[in-house]
Parts: sequence; structure tokens; C-alpha cells
Amino acid sequence: MVPISAYLILAAVLFGIGTVGVLISRNVIVMFMSIELMLNAANMVLIAFSRALSIADGHVIVFLVLTVAAAEAAVGLGLIIMIYRNRATINIDRFSLLKW
Amino acid sequence: MAEYLFLVPLLPLIGFLINGLLIGRLPRSVVSAVACGSVGLSLIVAIMLFFDLKALPADARLIEQTLFTWISADILHVNLAFMLDPLSAIMILVVTGVGFLIHVYSVGYMAHDKCFGRYFAYLNLFTFSMLVLVLADNFLLMFVGWEGVGLCSYLLIGFWYEKQSASDAGKKAFIVNRIGDFGFLIGMFIIFWHVGSLDFATVSQNAPMVFAAGGTVITVACLCLFVGATGKSAQIPLYVWLPDAMEGPTPVSALIHAATMVTAGVYMIARTNVLYMMAPDALMVVAIVGAATALFAATIGLAQNDIKRVLAYSTVSQLGYMFLACGVAAFSAGIFHLMTHAFFKALLFLGAGSVIHAMSDKQDMREMGGLKKHLPITFMTMLIATLAISGIPGFSGFFSKDEILWKSFSSSHGHVALWVLGFITAGLTAFYMFRLIYLTFYGEERMDAETKKHIHESPRTMTVPLMILAVLSVIGGLVGMPHIFGATNYFEEWLHPVMAGPPQEAATHALASAGANTSMEWILMFASVALVLMAIYLAWYLYRKNTAAAGSLADKLSGARTTLANKYYVDEFYGAVVIRPLIVFSLFLWKIVDVIIIDGFLNGLASLWHDISNALRHAQSGRVRSYATMFVFGVILVVAYFVLGSN
Repeated sequence: MVPISAYLILAAVLFGIGTVGVLISRNVIVMFMSIELMLNAANMVLIAFSRALSIADGHVIVFLVLTVAAAEAAVGLGLIIMIYRNRATINIDRFSLLKW
Repeated sequence: MAEYLFLVPLLPLIGFLINGLLIGRLPRSVVSAVACGSVGLSLIVAIMLFFDLKALPADARLIEQTLFTWISADILHVNLAFMLDPLSAIMILVVTGVGFLIHVYSVGYMAHDKCFGRYFAYLNLFTFSMLVLVLADNFLLMFVGWEGVGLCSYLLIGFWYEKQSASDAGKKAFIVNRIGDFGFLIGMFIIFWHVGSLDFATVSQNAPMVFAAGGTVITVACLCLFVGATGKSAQIPLYVWLPDAMEGPTPVSALIHAATMVTAGVYMIARTNVLYMMAPDALMVVAIVGAATALFAATIGLAQNDIKRVLAYSTVSQLGYMFLACGVAAFSAGIFHLMTHAFFKALLFLGAGSVIHAMSDKQDMREMGGLKKHLPITFMTMLIATLAISGIPGFSGFFSKDEILWKSFSSSHGHVALWVLGFITAGLTAFYMFRLIYLTFYGEERMDAETKKHIHESPRTMTVPLMILAVLSVIGGLVGMPHIFGATNYFEEWLHPVMAGPPQEAATHALASAGANTSMEWILMFASVALVLMAIYLAWYLYRKNTAAAGSLADKLSGARTTLANKYYVDEFYGAVVIRPLIVFSLFLWKIVDVIIIDGFLNGLASLWHDISNALRHAQSGRVRSYATMFVFGVILVVAYFVLGSN
């Protein structure tokens, strides 16, 4: 049996990669993918605890999160397409209209 | 008839509303008909009420009319109520009678003025306010009238507001009067605080129970009221506004600044005589201020060249006589002089107005002379008024002035020094009044040719009021003949029920040493008549017979003359002591306190936040990744705090 700590470490690593990806990437699509990675790291923790403690609640929550994530991905990609159509770029550093 | 008392003040108010609301939309004939008609009707009602009052038994002569409750708050209960007693009956007769004549006169005098409607609206509003003042049955309503006449005085002095000096004079009158009014208010507060009522009747009734006779409280209250009187009635130290008030149209000077409004202070003291009788110290102050003002103003009158200013100082001086009378507890003598003065001083001013009218608005007596043959009616009437004010026996002024002088000598509150001041003033009065007559009506004609061409006697609407007033100036004194003539002093008897203690006291006083006093009274009377005749002779000698002597005398006394011509530099003194420091202090408040401290504090606070925001706004870089980095570090810090902190 795989110990729960292994799942947690994997989740932490995935979350860390996602975070770094969001912070260092200039491409909005890469940032978006990194955010998905962080989301799934969180899902993994829920599943791991659900299984280890034999409680079904975690599974239920993960299904819910996946559904919402699908919708969120659609909205997010739609936004990115609109941004690209307007500005012909998806480099996040070019979108600084709200600076001082 | 008593239920129509409210009509007396109401009619002029209606006149004011009609003329005031329809300024510039009514023809002049309608304006004058409304203005004169309303005051004339008011006069008729006043006369009928007077006879009603006279029909009542002497000690029940009181007509009261309460219109409605004006203020009712806790113990403060004030009615809008009018009271007609012998004192206010005389006042409404003087106000409506003299006021009516002056309204009629104004129709002629103001005929060419472009603001005809506005003038008569103000004049009617004044008459209304003055009638409220004298008919009020409580201090507060009296104060309403008191302020109302002050307002009208301001409006009418500054009537020709395009002239800088006129609008300045209006402001001066208003501000100086406000200083006095403050004293009146304080006096009213003290009385209300102790008595708990503002009704004249209640206050007079309860005062002996509430106040200790001669005590501090009553003395302070009376002095505060007297401060109000000095403002309104132009006594030292607040007389300075009255001479400047001559900037207004001449009929206004006659009505407001000679015959009626300025006597409000005398009326108020007579009205509250019960209080003053309980405060002998306050009475003494009143007498001293009155006598000093009488002499002081008379000396200034000697050296003025503007015909209206001579009359203005003469008014201040005569008001001083009235206060002298009140101060020696001879209230009825004061009111008597108030009445006769209203007749002859209104006549003098209206006569002066007629002269100014003829002289194409010139007022300097040095440019007049020889007007006697051009203006015969004006000359005759003014001469009568001058004889009256000088106190020539037989004319009204003689009886009232002589009574004041005698009372200031003989009354238990009197003093020989007060008599001496009044006595000298009588001589000075005769001198400057005859100086005015000789300079204006006699001698060579000193005006320029252009003015001379236009000299004409005034129209009928102006001369008829002059003649009526001249008749009143002659016979007005007969109602108050002194006892030693063997006649009854109807005037004193009439006022007897209103005046608290003094008449009986004086009567017993007189009875005790009747013989000695009678001969003394004769002696004093002859002395003052002799002095007056000498003064007239001197004026005749200097300004008629031997004008060169007048010139050389003026040179010899040039120092005194300059001082007098400059009114003892009182205006300059007030300017340096009161006005200048106030201006400096106001500048300090403006430039230092307001601009630097208050504005500086608020602007400093605003720029502080501006600077802080300016420093912080650079954090808003607009770069999403740097926001995200800060967010992550924030999360790490919070998590670290909870994880590590919980151990």
C-alpha cells in the first residue's frame, strides 16, 4: 500500500510546479495550464485523504471541482481568445493598463 | 372704539404693503394718496381714541387690546398686545400728527425724485414701527418696534445710496444703534430673569417686591436700558450717528431724526419710570449724561456751517434736556418737552428743507443770506420755531424748557450744577439758532447767480404743513403752564396716573416751602429769559450789525473754533480707539488665524495624504506577474504564521 505521505508529496510538488509556472511564464495559455496543475494538486490531496480515511466526501467534492473546472476552462479560454483578437498578443506583460 | 386700537399701527402697515409691493407700478398721485391717507386715517383713529381715553375717570385710563399670543414657552409668555394709556396716547398723537404733516410735505419735497414709491413705502413702514414701539404693552414687542425704526432709519438715511457719504452714514447709524440695542437686550434679560415677565404692567407691579430699592440689580438693569436709550436717542457716548444722519432727505431728518424716533429713548425711560425711581444712582447717571450732552452738542452747534448740521446738534442738545428731565424724576416734563420739541424741531427741519429746496440743494449757510424776501412763509414759520426753541415766553419751548430747568433745580433728584448746565445750554441754543436765522435770511445774498435765478417759495403742499406746525409751536405749550402762573398744568395732570412717585413727592416738596420756592422759580425764570435775550442780542450784533466783529472774534478764537467745527474730534477719537483696533484685529483674524492657521491646517492635512499616496502608488505596476508574486509571498507568510505560530 502506498503511504499517504507519498500522495501528499506528489501533490505538493505539482502545486509548486504550477505556482512557479504562473509566476515565471509570460504566456497567458501557459499560466492557465499552470493554474490547472495547481487545481489538480488540490484534487489529489482530497482524493488521498478520502481514500486513507475511507470517507466518500472527498470524492464527491473532486467531482464537483472537475465540473466547475471544465466550465472555468471554457470561460478562461474564451477570454484569452478575445484578448488575442483585440491586441494580437497573449504576452501578459503587455496588459498593464491599470498601472499608476 | 377701543377695539379699533389695532388700526392705529395697522393702517400705515397696509400703506407700506401697497406702496412697497407695487413699487414703480403706481402713479405718483396714487402713491402719495395711499401714504398720506393711511397715516391720516391712523391720526383720526388716534384722536378718537384719545377722546375715548379722556372720557374715562383719571385712574382708569387704560385701553388694552390683545390680538393673539405671540410666544408661549415655559414661563415666557408674550402677547401681541397694544396698550393705550395717557403716555402712549400722547406719543401716538405726536407720531401720527407730525408724521402726517411730514408725509404731506414730502409729496412736494420729493416730487422730482425718481424713487418716489420706495420713499413713501419706507416712510409708512417707519410710522408703523414707531406706533408699535409706543403702543407695545411689553418689552419684547417694544423691542420689535425699536428695531423696526432702526431699520427704517438706516434705509432712509441711505436713501440716496448712490452717494458714498449717504450709504456710509446709514451704516454708521445702524451699527451705533446696534451697540445701544445690545444694552437694551441685556436690560430686558435682567428684568425677565428676576421678574419672570416682560409685560410693563406686571413688571411695574412686581418690581417693588422683587428688587431691593437702590440695589445693584435694578441699577444695572436700568443702566443697561439707558445704554439702549443713548443709542436710539443720540446721547453721549453714542450720539455720533445723528449728525451724519442728515445725509438723508430733509423730511426724513424732520420725522425720524428730530421729532419721533430719537425720542424713543425718552419714551422708554418714562415708560419704565417705576424701575428708574427704584434706582436713584441710575437716575443720576441719566441726568448727568443728559445735561452733559445738552451742553456738549450745543457748543458744537455754534460752529457748524451746514444748516442741517446745526439743527442736528440742536436736536442732540434738546434730547439731552429731555434726559435731564427724566434724570431728575420729572418724567412728565421730559415728555412735555418731547412733544413741544417734536413740533418746533420738525418745523425747523421742514423749513430748512424748504430753504434747501429753494437753494437748489445747497446746504452751506455761508452761501445763503437775504432769503427773507424770497421765502416769506418759510421765514415766518422758521422764526416762530426759533423763538420757540430759544424759550421766548409765550412760545411752546419756553414752558417745557423752563419746567425742565426748574425741576432740575428743585427736584429731590436735582442739583444746582445740573441747572447751571441746562441754563448755559439755553443761552447757547438761542445764540446758534439766531445765528442760523441771520446767516440764512438776512444780510447780503451770497449765493451764485445761477442759484439765485431759481430761488422760489415752496409749493402749497410744503408750506401748509409749515404753517400748521408753526401754530402748534406757539400754542403747544399752553397745555403745560407752570403752577406759578396760576394755571393748571393739564399735561402733568394727564400723565399723573402713569408716572409713579414723583408728582406727589414734588407736590409735598412744593407745599412744604411754597413761598420760598415760588419766588425762586420766578427768579430762575427771569434769569434764563434774560440770558436768552442777551444771547439773541449777541447773535444780532455779530451776524447782523457788525459782521466784521464776528470775523475778528473768530480769528481770536480760531483754536476753539476749529475744535468746535471739527466736533471736538470725537469721530477721530472713536476712529483711533474703537474702529482702528477693530480693523487691525479683524486683519489679524483674517490674515493670520483664518488664512494661515485654519486654511493651513486643512490644506496641510490634504497634502499629507497626497504625498503618502504618491509614494505608495508605485506599487501599482500593472504587471500581473508581480501581483501574483506578492500574493504568493503573502500566502506563504500567512500559512507560516499559522503553522509555526500554533506550536
